[in-house]
Amino acid sequence: MTPEESELFQARRRSRNLALGLVLVALVLLFYGITVVRMT
Amino acid sequence: MTTQALSTAHYAEWRDYFALLKPRVMTLVVFTAACGLLAAPGHINPFLGFVAILCIAVGAGAAGALNMWYEADIDAVMKRTANRPIPAGRVAPNEALTFALALSAGSVSIMGLAVGWLAAALLAFSIFFYAVVYTVWLKRATPQNIVIGGAAGAFPPVIGWAAVTGDITLMPVILFAIIFLWTPPHFWALALFMEADYSKAGVPMLPVTHGPAVTRRQVLLYSLILVPVSLAPVALGHAGWIYGVVTALLGAVFIVDALAVARNTATVASGMAPEKRLFKFSLLYLFLLFAALVADRLILS
Repeated sequence: MTPEESELFQARRRSRNLALGLVLVALVLLFYGITVVRMT
Repeated sequence: MTTQALSTAHYAEWRDYFALLKPRVMTLVVFTAACGLLAAPGHINPFLGFVAILCIAVGAGAAGALNMWYEADIDAVMKRTANRPIPAGRVAPNEALTFALALSAGSVSIMGLAVGWLAAALLAFSIFFYAVVYTVWLKRATPQNIVIGGAAGAFPPVIGWAAVTGDITLMPVILFAIIFLWTPPHFWALALFMEADYSKAGVPMLPVTHGPAVTRRQVLLYSLILVPVSLAPVALGHAGWIYGVVTALLGAVFIVDALAVARNTATVASGMAPEKRLFKFSLLYLFLLFAALVADRLILS
């Protein structure tokens, strides 16, 4: 990999990780919400 | 797989995974599912309603991803689809398959646990139907592929309905029939002016196998069945005058457009203005029909 390729690779990996992190947080909120709604 | 494809696979952005879910198809799925949910008699907690639509959207996205995984070879040779994540080499086929299966299992389980198991079973069946029955078994085997594909696309309002009521009555079956009958004129209109692309990819679309004249007759035939079926909810007393008036007007335009297609004799895309017009109008038709159904229920009841 050239330095430019490696930089592009890292930037895209960062964006993928960030997106996955947001999805996981959203899932936590989703399950919290479902639990609250189904309990009442 | 070549080393080239392996290394470029690491360049996927999150958008490439999102693209695997076919977001444009998903908007229609979300819309019709939400309409089925809102038009159903009964009450669902708004948050659970949101969860149900989310699960339907993700399940439909997973089916789209399974379809793209299986069809990467066709997509690679069609201009319209060659830049999709798998044929373009940004997402490795195995990664796409794992992604799709995980989303299928996740959306069905969450639907079952949070909303209900009938809705979850329908969702699971619709994913199976689109990914296996349509994509794997029939799409490349028969020129009636679109008719079968239409059945897969007709599930979302039924699932939305079942999420609220927990059962299936005549009305969701009519909603299913409306989308089912709408799909062939919609897609064959597209296939008529995209015929060259499909023929290059070896997909046996009706215009490729039976020619434009037969396809145009079929478009008209399905349109003539679609319009009375779309008015059945009024006749059966399940919808009021808002739905009745809007759907009758939309149906009249649909038939006029379909007649123009049936009379057209052009064989090259440049002469296919009526087909392009019907294709565009058919999208508007479905949006307005379902919107009218919801407006009818929210305003008149």
